This record gives sequence, structure tokens and C-alpha cells, in this order.
Amino acid sequence: MTSTNQAVTRLDGPDKVTGRARYAVEYGANDVAYAWPVQATCARGRLDRAETDAALAVPGVLDVLTHENVLRLHADGEISPAHMGALPDLLLLQSKDLVFRGQLVAAVIAETPEAAREGAAAVVVVTEAEHARLELTVGDDEAIVPDITNDLSPGHVARGDADRDFADAPVRLDTTYSTAANFAMPMEPHAAMATWDGDRLTVHASDQGPPWTAMTLAGLLGLPPSNVEVVAEYVGGGFGSKAAPRPPIMLAVLAARLVGRPVKVALNRQQSTSLTTYRGPSRQRIRIGAGTDGRISSVIHETTGQTSRLTTYADQTVSATRLMYRAEHCRTTTNVLPLDVPTPAWVRAPGEAPGMFALESAMDELAVQLGMDPIELRVLNEPETDPESGLPFTSRNLVSCLRIGAERFGWSDRRPEPGATSDGRWRLGMGVAAATYPHYLFPSTATARVDSAHRYTVRIGAADIGTGARTALHQIAADALKVPMSDVRIELGRASHGSAPFAGGSMGTASWGAAIESACRELRRRISAGGGIPDEGLEAGAETLEVMTPSNFSRHAYGAHFAAVRVDRDTGEVQVDRMLGVFATGRIINPLTAKSQAVGAMIMGMGMALMEAAEPDTRFGGFVTQDLAGYHVPAHADVRDIDAMFLTEEDPNLGPIAGRGVGEIGIVGTAAAITNAIHNATGIRIKDLPVRAENLLLRVAVKAGER
Amino acid sequence: MNTDTRSMVRITVNGKVHEQQIDHRSTLLDLLRETLRLTGTKKGCDHGQCGACTVLVDGQRVLSCLKLVVTLDDASVVTIEGLDTDGVHPLQEAFVARDALQCGYCTPGQVCSAIGAMDEARRGWPSLVTPDLANAEVELSTLSREEIRERMSGNLCRCGAYPSIVDAIEDVARQDANGTV
Ligand code: FES
Ligand code: FES
Repeated sequence: MTSTNQAVTRLDGPDKVTGRARYAVEYGANDVAYAWPVQATCARGRLDRAETDAALAVPGVLDVLTHENVLRLHADGEISPAHMGALPDLLLLQSKDLVFRGQLVAAVIAETPEAAREGAAAVVVVTEAEHARLELTVGDDEAIVPDITNDLSPGHVARGDADRDFADAPVRLDTTYSTAANFAMPMEPHAAMATWDGDRLTVHASDQGPPWTAMTLAGLLGLPPSNVEVVAEYVGGGFGSKAAPRPPIMLAVLAARLVGRPVKVALNRQQSTSLTTYRGPSRQRIRIGAGTDGRISSVIHETTGQTSRLTTYADQTVSATRLMYRAEHCRTTTNVLPLDVPTPAWVRAPGEAPGMFALESAMDELAVQLGMDPIELRVLNEPETDPESGLPFTSRNLVSCLRIGAERFGWSDRRPEPGATSDGRWRLGMGVAAATYPHYLFPSTATARVDSAHRYTVRIGAADIGTGARTALHQIAADALKVPMSDVRIELGRASHGSAPFAGGSMGTASWGAAIESACRELRRRISAGGGIPDEGLEAGAETLEVMTPSNFSRHAYGAHFAAVRVDRDTGEVQVDRMLGVFATGRIINPLTAKSQAVGAMIMGMGMALMEAAEPDTRFGGFVTQDLAGYHVPAHADVRDIDAMFLTEEDPNLGPIAGRGVGEIGIVGTAAAITNAIHNATGIRIKDLPVRAENLLLRVAVKAGER
Repeated sequence: MNTDTRSMVRITVNGKVHEQQIDHRSTLLDLLRETLRLTGTKKGCDHGQCGACTVLVDGQRVLSCLKLVVTLDDASVVTIEGLDTDGVHPLQEAFVARDALQCGYCTPGQVCSAIGAMDEARRGWPSLVTPDLANAEVELSTLSREEIRERMSGNLCRCGAYPSIVDAIEDVARQDANGTV
């Protein structure tokens, strides 16, 4: 029997349920000190000075880190290429320019967290504030079309002449959408403990990619990479926000250097809103030209987002639009407006989630306009090859996801006319949306060793941030070694285990798994070549240098989301009764943990649809919603019947592991499925996320013709 | 430090008595995590908004980030590390079996909160969703999923393990006919 393709309970489950699992700042250290940030209160200006006397007089305060005593960083040192966007925010206290509210201007280091916090309140920061631009607007002169967006596709992409085709199309839809900024808000706030030993540095960090983070820290500190160890054995969620080192990690490093003691930094929610990135807001416009039969001939998708003064970051909001449906003519344009705001970056499906909300809402609008079933409209426009590249799909199966999902969900019970179904005060509706997410693979290293007692140890630098990677990789290793899982120990979450990509882009298990598989196979080969295991054991390493897939295919995961909602006629309250996600993601190593991840992503998508709004403070900068009472995420009471299933797919062109990741696809279509269901329930088209009861209030009853 | 800002507090944690000078600003959560090195109790917000820091104080679930240690003289605290002296509590097993966790950071709080919630139900306490509050009949072994969700809503899980957390609690609650849990 193999270990993979089985529902195996989480390897680290027992450690997590008993509290034994150690997260970043839970390691003991003698003499540990605590740093507490002091943050800029203006959104733009110059730091004059930080007056530290009062802070230094607070009992227990050891020192105050300021721009004057901070270690000079090597801004041009060699860092991980994945961290270019994160770099400027890591150059803590290296410049006196203030470019967003909440920027670090000093930090107080003390014997106890209480003293550090009291000290931080006593630091007097003198700044010269300047007028700041804080509001995202569309069509601003200062907006730019970036050369590349986050997925490396250009800011402007066109095939055919979409604008002309649209102008002449018999059926035209021209519609706008917006999405609020979102915080990742992992349950473990960003945290790190840094310990220096001469010129050697160890950082226990809440981080999605220890090897790359170590490389970047080494580069910025001017140290040889082998001098920096980053440990992330357990990470309390990240959702993209911890896929690059963020300021808290660097703060721990610099503070520890200053006081010559280990230093812990654990941000609170308020601090993390400005220091750990967020999903930027989007303003989108979609135009679809079609024939009266529903065949789409042109799609134009434009988006405007914001970036900080430090870096030009743009989500790939419009990328999925280029390949979702057969459209001879397509244009996508990304605009980004630099503002005096914190830097936006990756949050779960960065771009795909807000962009597909718009595209899949527009498809629903088009279906209504044409009087077609929204599933049939999608099926009719299913492309045979990737419309963007012309390449064949390795597998697509979107139609199967839609059909199987419809059957399971009871789609045939849906009444197409809005407001037709009710239950007392509640208006009921069903909605559907499609989803896609690209399949990435990245080179990785891994090692496998065996001792003379036939005990195997497999090591990889990767982090399990809650995805279940530790368990899936354990399964993969056991199969490759042809031994039971109980004979194999898997060790991960350490930079010194060798280079490995971060846990992000839904590429982890496939990329790491390929390296582990080849290390394990090589070890077996050595065992049989040597005719047994010598006393000192045997070790084999692997490095997957190539991006191990044939290039002449279009590789993406697909999915279909279904939602059944109820909307209170009088209050506008929305409840999601049921959701189903059906996903085509290739081979599933562990159905139990994969399903948990997909369901979790759908719940985050529900949050994006119904409650999550990082509200900008357009007077003073930063965000108004700074904690979990202001920034609402789904709670138990919001989450009723949610199910996810995976199609059985065998796809030989996805690389050795033959699976696509499942971490992100689950969020992609959720919001549109919910808002399309709200339209079906009420006749009200949601254009702006999140849905706000005040936007539904009264309109529900009016639409239903009752007042 | 001015000695006025500290007081001697006697507090029992997982059966062990600690008697020490406590900074009046210290929360129970920081005492557990930083002083006693019981890091199973998590800090998710330090603000009473997430439930990650839930522990049992004198048998009731409490947000340890909102409790100043100085108010807990003579109190008895049970944390995730002390739930079961002879191994693993059935609820902890159910969490693993149902995959009721992902990153695991909310998990100790969910488990402690669920134990508190089950005990409240056992004592017949109604919740917001209990029908007919005046004549409420609450029994743990028949507690509905809606009741469980309502009672657990102070514990956020950003990974979205909610459905399987409810599964795990349901599994254990159903076996409660004779209060064995
Ligand atoms: S840490 Fe106590 S409720 Fe969040
Ligand atoms: S398991 Fe990650 S927050 Fe609940």
C-alpha cells in the first residue's frame, strides 16, 4: 500500500493540539529582551529626531533603537529575487524619509514586554509632516501602467482589437467593480526572535520561506549566507503576508545587534496593519462583447490599484481574464497609483481573487442580459486551447467542475428570476462562479539519510504554515523510499536544510515533493549499490535545477464555486447557507488536509465577500480598521455547510508530483459565487466588496416589489 | 521599579502553585507565555478579540489576555498543557482525527474554549440561539451544530477549520450521555 493519495491525519496534529508545537517567539533563550516599535504618526514627511531620554529612564528599558544607532544595512546586497518588492520596507531606520503612517521610527528594547511598551510610549518623535496623498482614484495623472505585474505579465496586454470589436458587438456589457483592501491577518501575528553569536545570526521567525529569508537577511547584513540560520518550524498562518521577510523580522535582528542579547518582536494587530502588507484595493472595469447567442468575441478588463512610495507593486488582477473564456479579442490593462500608504503585497491569490470576483460577476450579468443559464454561458465559451498563449491545456476540466458541482449542489432547483424564492423574511438565491489559478513549480533541494538501524530522516528547508505540507511530504518520502511512514522522520522549516522555495503561489508541495522524491530515490539507489547500509549510514541529496515540466502546455488549476444564500428582506443581513467548491487540481497527495485547505480558502473568500474591509484612513494615513473588532473575519457562526471536492485527474504534464497546489484556488471564485447568489435572491447586483448591509437595506424589499 | 507596582500573587497553574511578585500590568497570558514558559496558550490579538488565549480559570473559560494576574490571587488556572494529566483529552484526539486544525495557532484556544462550552451546556446554560430561552432545555449530548457554532464564535480561526472543529466537538459531545468527558 502506498502512503500517498490517502487521507492521513496531520503529522503535527498531536503537537498542535497539546500546545507542544513551538512558534517563532516561543523558544526559550537566556537573557531575552523585548522590542516594541515606535511608529510614525504622519503619512508623509521627514523624521527630525527621536528623543529617547524619557524612554531610557523607564525601569527595565535597555536601549532605544533609532536611525542614529542602527546598524547600516547593505541595500545592494544579494537578496532572494522573490524579495525585491519587500526590500525597501526592510531597510528599517536607514532613511529619515517618512512615506506612510505606521512606518517604524524607533523601537524600545527592554527586559519585559511591559517595560518595552511603556518605554515606547515615552519616546518623543519629532517629524516634519507634509501633505500626503491617501485616496485611490481612477484616471489619476500620476497612475502608471507598470512594465510587469506580480505574475510577471505586462501591465498592458492585447490580442486582436478588443476595443473595436466591443464597439460593434451585438450584445455589450460595460460594468465596474471594486474590492476593498484586505489583510491576511494570520492568527499568529508576525513575530521573530533574533539571536546573535558573534557574526552568526539565528532567527526564529514566523515566515513562509526560511531559506530565501536567510539569503535576504545575509545579503542585507553583509554576512556570508551560511552565517544566517532561519527557523520556522511552526508558523501560525501567513497567507502570503509572511512569504517575504517583513519589518518585524529585521527589527528583531537590528535590536538584538544593538543590545547584544536575544530579542523578541511580536507585533500586535494594530502594528501589523501597516508593517506586514495587505491586499490592495481595486477599481475594475470590465467590458464584454458577445453575439446574441452568447458567444463572447471580446473582453476588456482594466484595473486600478495603489502602491506605496517605496515600490511599484501591482497584483495580477486581470491575468485570469486572458485565459478563462474563448474571446478572439482581449485587452487587459493594469494601472497603479503611488500613494503615501503602506506597501501592498501578496495575500492569498493576489490578483486572481479580486479579479475573478469582477470577471465572474460580469459573466453573471451577461447571463442575465442574455437570458441564459450562467453555467451554460460558461460552457458555451469554453476554449479548446489557452486563448492567451494558444498552447494546449495540460488538463482543464472546468466544464466537469461546473457540471458535477451543479448536480451535487442541486442547481436545477434554482429559479433564474431574481427574488423568486423566499422563506419568511428571507430571500433565497443560488450563485455560481468559475475559478482558476496558475500551476507554478520552482527548483528545490532536499536530503535523505538512513542510519544503520534503517531509520530514515528527510530534510527540507520549506515551512509548513498550516497547509499540511509536513504530512504530504512525509507521505511522498515514504513512498519514494518504499517504507512505511513510521520509518521516516521529516524535518523542515530550517534554512540550513538547503534552498527551497517559500510556501506560496500554491507551488510548495509539488516543488518540494519533487526534490524529496529524487533525494529518496537516490538514497535507495545508493543503498542497493552498496549492498546495504554501512555503520555510519548513508545520505543522498537532490537539487531540482530545472522547472521540471515541458514548456509547451498551459498549466492551471480550475474550479467551480456554488453558493446558496439568504438575505433578510428588512435588515439586509446576508447568510451563506451552503457552499460547494469543485476543483480540478491534479493528483491529491492527502485528501484530508487538501480538503481542509480548500474549505479554509473558501471561508476566507466568504470573508472577502461579506465582511473584510481594510478601510483606509484618508485623512491621516494607514488604516482605520486596525484590529479584529474593526476588521471582521468569518467566525464559527458565519460558517454553515461548506464542502469541497476534487476531481480525479491524472495529468502527466504537471511535473513529478503531478499535483497542482490547492492553497489558493479555493478563494478565487468564492466571492462572485456569493454575490451572484445575492443577485439571484434579491435582484441587487453587488458591485463593491465587501457587501454591506446598508447597501442591501430597503433595496431588497423594494426590488421585490413589496413597498 | 517602584515596589508599589508589584504585588505578591499566589496562583495555581495546572496544579502547580506559584507564588511570586507580579507586575500589576502583567496579563495572565504574558505570565503563562513569558514567565512560566507555558507557550501552548497563544497570543492572537492581546485584545479579547480572537480567543487564541482561552484558558480555564476556576473551571470557566476565560480570555487570558484580558485578565491581569494581580486579580487572580488564589485562582486555579488550567491551560492546554494541563487538560489531561494522563495523556490526551478526548477532544484533542477528536481534533486530530477530524483535521480540525491547519496552522494550529488557534487550536489550543479552540480546545480550551470547547471544553468550557461543553461544561456550560452540561450545566444547562442557554445561548443566543437556544429556542425559548425561558424554558430552555439544553443538553450537551444533543447540542445542535448551530448551538456549537454560536458558543464557539469567540474563537477565530483564520485558516477556516471551523466545520471540522464543530465536527470534533460534536463527536465528543455525543458521547456525553453520562458526563464521562
Ligand atoms: S489573544 Fe486574547 S482574545 Fe486574542
Ligand atoms: S488552525 Fe490556523 S488559525 Fe485556526
